[in-house]
Amino acid sequence: MTYEPLAYEFDVAHMIDAMVLMFGFQLLYQRRMQSVLRSFALQAVALAAAAAWQAHVQRAPHLYATAAIALVFKGMIVPFALNWLVVKLGIHRNVETALGIGPSMIVGVALVALSILLVLPVTGKATALTRESLALAMSVILLGMLMMITRHNAVTQVVGFMALENGLILAAVGAKGMPLVVEISIAFSVLVAMILFGIFFFQIRERFDSLDLRYLEYYRGDRQ
Amino acid sequence: MSAIVWQLLHALLMVGLAPLVTGIVRLAKSRLQGRRGPSPLQPYRDLYRLLQKEAIVADSASWLFRVAPYLIFTATWTGAAIVPAFTSDMTLVPAADLIALVAMLGVARFFTALAGMDVGTAFGGIGSSREMMIASLAEPAMLMMTFSLSLLAGTTAPAGIGAFVLKGGIHLDVSAGLALLSLLMVAIAENGRIPVDNPSTHLELTMVHEAMVLEYSGRHLALIEAAGMVRLLLYMTLIASIFAPWGIAQPDEPAVFAVTGLLLFLVKVVLMAVALAVFETSIAKMRVFRVADFLGGALLLALLATIFIYVSEAV
Amino acid sequence: MILGLLPQVAWILGFPLVGALVLALLPAWRWAAWGNVVISGGTLVAAAMLLGQPLPRPTRMFLIDPFNIYLVVLTAFVAFTTAIFSAAYISREAKAGQLDAKHLRFYHGMYQAFVFSMLLALTANNIGLMWVAVEAATLTTVLMVSLYRTRAAIEAAWKYFILCSVGIGMALFGTTLVYLAAQPVMGEGELAMAWSYLVIAAPGFQPDLLSLAFVFLLVGYGTKTGLAPLHAWLPDAHAEGPTPISAVLSGLLLNVALYALLRFKMIMAANGQSMLPGPLMIAMGLSSVSLAAFMLYRRGDIKRLFAYSSIEHMGIITFAFGIGGAVANFAGLMHMTMHSLTKSAIFFGVGIITQNAGTKHMDSIRGLTVSHPALGWAFLVAVLAIAGLPPMGIFMSEFLVVSSAFAREPLLTLPLAFGLMVGFGALLHRLQGLSFGEPLPMRGHAHPGFALSALALAPMFAHIALVLVAGLYLPAQLVDWFQRVAGLLG
Repeated sequence: MTYEPLAYEFDVAHMIDAMVLMFGFQLLYQRRMQSVLRSFALQAVALAAAAAWQAHVQRAPHLYATAAIALVFKGMIVPFALNWLVVKLGIHRNVETALGIGPSMIVGVALVALSILLVLPVTGKATALTRESLALAMSVILLGMLMMITRHNAVTQVVGFMALENGLILAAVGAKGMPLVVEISIAFSVLVAMILFGIFFFQIRERFDSLDLRYLEYYRGDRQ
Repeated sequence: MSAIVWQLLHALLMVGLAPLVTGIVRLAKSRLQGRRGPSPLQPYRDLYRLLQKEAIVADSASWLFRVAPYLIFTATWTGAAIVPAFTSDMTLVPAADLIALVAMLGVARFFTALAGMDVGTAFGGIGSSREMMIASLAEPAMLMMTFSLSLLAGTTAPAGIGAFVLKGGIHLDVSAGLALLSLLMVAIAENGRIPVDNPSTHLELTMVHEAMVLEYSGRHLALIEAAGMVRLLLYMTLIASIFAPWGIAQPDEPAVFAVTGLLLFLVKVVLMAVALAVFETSIAKMRVFRVADFLGGALLLALLATIFIYVSEAV
Repeated sequence: MILGLLPQVAWILGFPLVGALVLALLPAWRWAAWGNVVISGGTLVAAAMLLGQPLPRPTRMFLIDPFNIYLVVLTAFVAFTTAIFSAAYISREAKAGQLDAKHLRFYHGMYQAFVFSMLLALTANNIGLMWVAVEAATLTTVLMVSLYRTRAAIEAAWKYFILCSVGIGMALFGTTLVYLAAQPVMGEGELAMAWSYLVIAAPGFQPDLLSLAFVFLLVGYGTKTGLAPLHAWLPDAHAEGPTPISAVLSGLLLNVALYALLRFKMIMAANGQSMLPGPLMIAMGLSSVSLAAFMLYRRGDIKRLFAYSSIEHMGIITFAFGIGGAVANFAGLMHMTMHSLTKSAIFFGVGIITQNAGTKHMDSIRGLTVSHPALGWAFLVAVLAIAGLPPMGIFMSEFLVVSSAFAREPLLTLPLAFGLMVGFGALLHRLQGLSFGEPLPMRGHAHPGFALSALALAPMFAHIALVLVAGLYLPAQLVDWFQRVAGLLG
C-alpha cells in the first residue's frame, strides 16, 4: 500500500533538504576547525530532521531509526570525537585551504548548477524522489567532494567525507520505500570509518608529527 | 483620491515610526545585555536635541558636505515611501519597483561616501572605502534576489510580489527561503548592524558607517541619523511586504482593511525589531575582511535561489 | 531460511565468517596460519560443490547463476592457494621479526573476513547487499595494507581508504538511482533491489535515470577496479601491503569490483534505450592500458611494477566488455580468469624474491635463474605469461580481445595494440634484468628450510600450470560456460 504525499509535504521535505545543503555551504565557509565541526554537526541534525520527516510522510517507521542514527552518531558522537582528537593531537586550529573561501563557494554554486542540469532531463512523472530532492542530494554529495579536495588537513578531509555520506543518506531516505539494509550499512560504515580514521590519525601523527596532508605526498613512492 | 491620502499617511508613518523602531531595538538589546536601557522614545529626544544645536562645518568642507544630509534623507525617505506597509493603494506604488529602490538607496549611499571623504580626514576615507566594498557585494546580491523573486512572481514591484504571495503563488519554496536568507544578510550589511558593523561603537578603526559621518553635527547629523533609522524601517517593511504580506490592503478593498493592515504592520515591525536585537546580541562582530566572505555568501545564496527555480517546476 | 539464504551459499559464506572469528581469537600465530589454510580449503570445497549441482532458484538476497558461479570457484581457489603461500611467507616474516603475534592474529582474521566479503559480493542478489560487501572488502584490505606501520604503508593505506571510500560513495549513489528507476515499475521494498528481478523489468525503467546511475556506478566501482584516471590508490596499496594481500587484491578484489559493474551493465543492456555503456568503458579501458603501459618503464620497485601491470590488464578486460558482443565478452571473462591466476602467481614469486633479497628495488636483484633456479625459472615463465606470450592463457584472451575489437571497431585496435606492445617491452626489459646476469648478494631473511620454501613455491607452480593448460586446451564445459555468460552480458 503506497501512500502519495501531499504538496505541502513535498515542500517541507525540500526545505529541510535545502537546509542540509546550506550547512554544506557553511562547511566550506569556515576558517576555524571547531566551526567546521560545529557546521558538520548541524548538517547531521538537519539530515536527521529530513529522515524523520520522510518517515512521517512515507509512513515508513524504519526511517525514524535512520534519523536517530544520524542524530546520535553524526550529530553528536562524531563531532565530539573529532573535537577530542583535534584537542588531543594539538592540530592547528585554522583550516588551510587549497582554494580560497570565495572561490570555493563559487565552485560550490557551480556544482549545484551542475547537479540541477544533470537532473533536469529526468522527468517528474511519478518518480520515487522528486527532481528537487535528487538535485539537492547530489549537490550535497558534490560539495562534500569539493571539501575533501580543497582542504589540506586530514580532519577536514574526514569531515568532507562524512558530508558526502550525508548526501548519500539524504538521497536514500528520500527514495520511497528503499529497504533498511542499505541504511543500516551506511550507518555501519560510518562507525567503522570513524574507528579507522581515529586509528589513522594516531598513526599519521605518530609518523609525521602533523596531520597536514602535504607531508604525506612526499612519500609518494613513484619517484624512483 | 484615497490613494494620495494613503500615500501621505504612509510617508509620515515611515518617518514618524522610524525612531521608535530604533528605540525598541536599543531597549531590547539593553535588556538582553542585563541593563535597564533607555526609553524607546529616546531617539525622538536625541533628534530634537540635535536639531536645536548649531551645525559646525569644517573649513575644508565643500558645498557637498552641507547638501549631502538633505539628499541622503530625501532619497531614503522616498524609498521608504514607495514600499507598501499596510496598504498598496498608494499613488507612487505603480511606479515603484525593487530596482528603483536599490537605485535610491544607492544614491543615498553615494552621497554619504562622498561626504565622508569630503573633509579629508583619514577616518572618513576608511569609512567610505569600507562602505563601498560592502555595497559592491550587497547590491548585486540584492539585485540577484530581485531577479529570483520576480521570476517567481512575474513582477519586480514589492506590491506585486506581495499580491502574488497573498494569492498563494509561493508557499514553502526553497527559492523563496534562500531569497529571504539573502535579503536578511543584505539588510544587516546595509544597515550597519552586527555582525557587519557595530552601530554603537566608539572605536573609529572598527567603524564603517559611523566613520563617514564623524564630522557632522547639529541639524546635519540629525538628518543623517534620521535617514539611518528610516532605512532600518524601510528594510523591515520590505521584508514584511514581500515575505509576510498578510494584512496589506489591496487597491480594491475597503478602507477598514488598511486599518487592520496598519495594526498588523505594527506587530510585524515590533517582532522584527526584537528579533534583530536577539540576533545582534547572540553573535559577535566579524573582522572587516570577513565581511566580503559574508556578502559573497549572500550573493551566492541569491544565485542559488535563482537556480533552484528551474528545478522546482515553478517556472 | 533467514534472509533467503540458500543452503549452498550458507556453506560458502559460513566457512570464512566463522573462520574470521576463530582466527581473530586464536592466540598462537603458528596455528593461525595453518588454520587459515584449512578454512580456505573448506571454502574451496563448498564452492566446488556448486559445480556439480543444478543451479538453485535465486532468492531476494542471494543468487547463484552462470555468471557468478565460476567467479566464486575462482575466488575460493585463489584464496586457498594464497593462504598456503601466506602461511609460508608470514612464518618467514615472523621469524625475521617483522611482524608480532598481535599483528598476525589481526592479519589472519582480516584475511578470512576479506574472503567472506568478496564471496558475499559475488553471491548477492540484492544490489544493496552487494554494495555492502564490496565496501567491507575495501575496509578489510585497508587495514591489512597498513600492517607494517611504516610511513609509506600509512600513506598508502590512507590514500587507498580515501579514494576508495569516495568511489564506494559514488557507487552507493548509483545504486540508489537504480532503485529510483526501478521503484515506479516494481513497487517499493526489496523486490526493486533484487538483481534477478531488475534485469527482467529493466525495459520499463526510465532511461535517463539509468544512464545517470551508470555513470556514478562506473566512477564508483571503476575506482575499485583500478581504472584510470581513478587508479591512484592501486600502486601504493600493492607496494606497501604484505605480498599475499597484493596477490588477493590484484587477483580477486579487482575482479569482484568489475563483476559488480558488469551486473549493472547487464541491467543497462536489458533496457535498450539508456546510454550505451560501451564507449565509456572502452575509453576508460584504453586510458588504463596506455597509462599503465608507459608507467611500467622507470619503475624501480618490483611490486609497483606489477601493480601497474594489473591496471593495464583490468583496462584490457574493461575494454573487452565495452566492445561487447559474444566474442569480446568471452575474451573478457577468460582474461579475468587468466589474469587472476597469473598475477597471483607473479606476486607469490615477488614475495619470495623480496624476502630473499631483502629489498624491493629491482636494480638490486639480478640473476635469479642462477641463484634460485626453481624460483627464477618459474618467475620467468609467469612474467612471460602476463606479458602475453603464447602458449599461455593470457595470450589467447588478449588475441581474442584484439581480434574482436578489430572486427567491430578497427580503429580502436591501434591504441590497444600499441599499449600492449609498450607494456610487453617494459616487462621483458625488467625481466631480463631480474632473471639473468650475475646474481647480486642477497641480504634478505634467512633460508627457511626446504619444506617452507617448497610450500611457498607450490602455489606458484600450480597457477602457472593451470594457465599453461588453459592456453593450450580449454575444457569444453568451461568454454560452454563462458559462452553462456557472454551471451547474457550483451
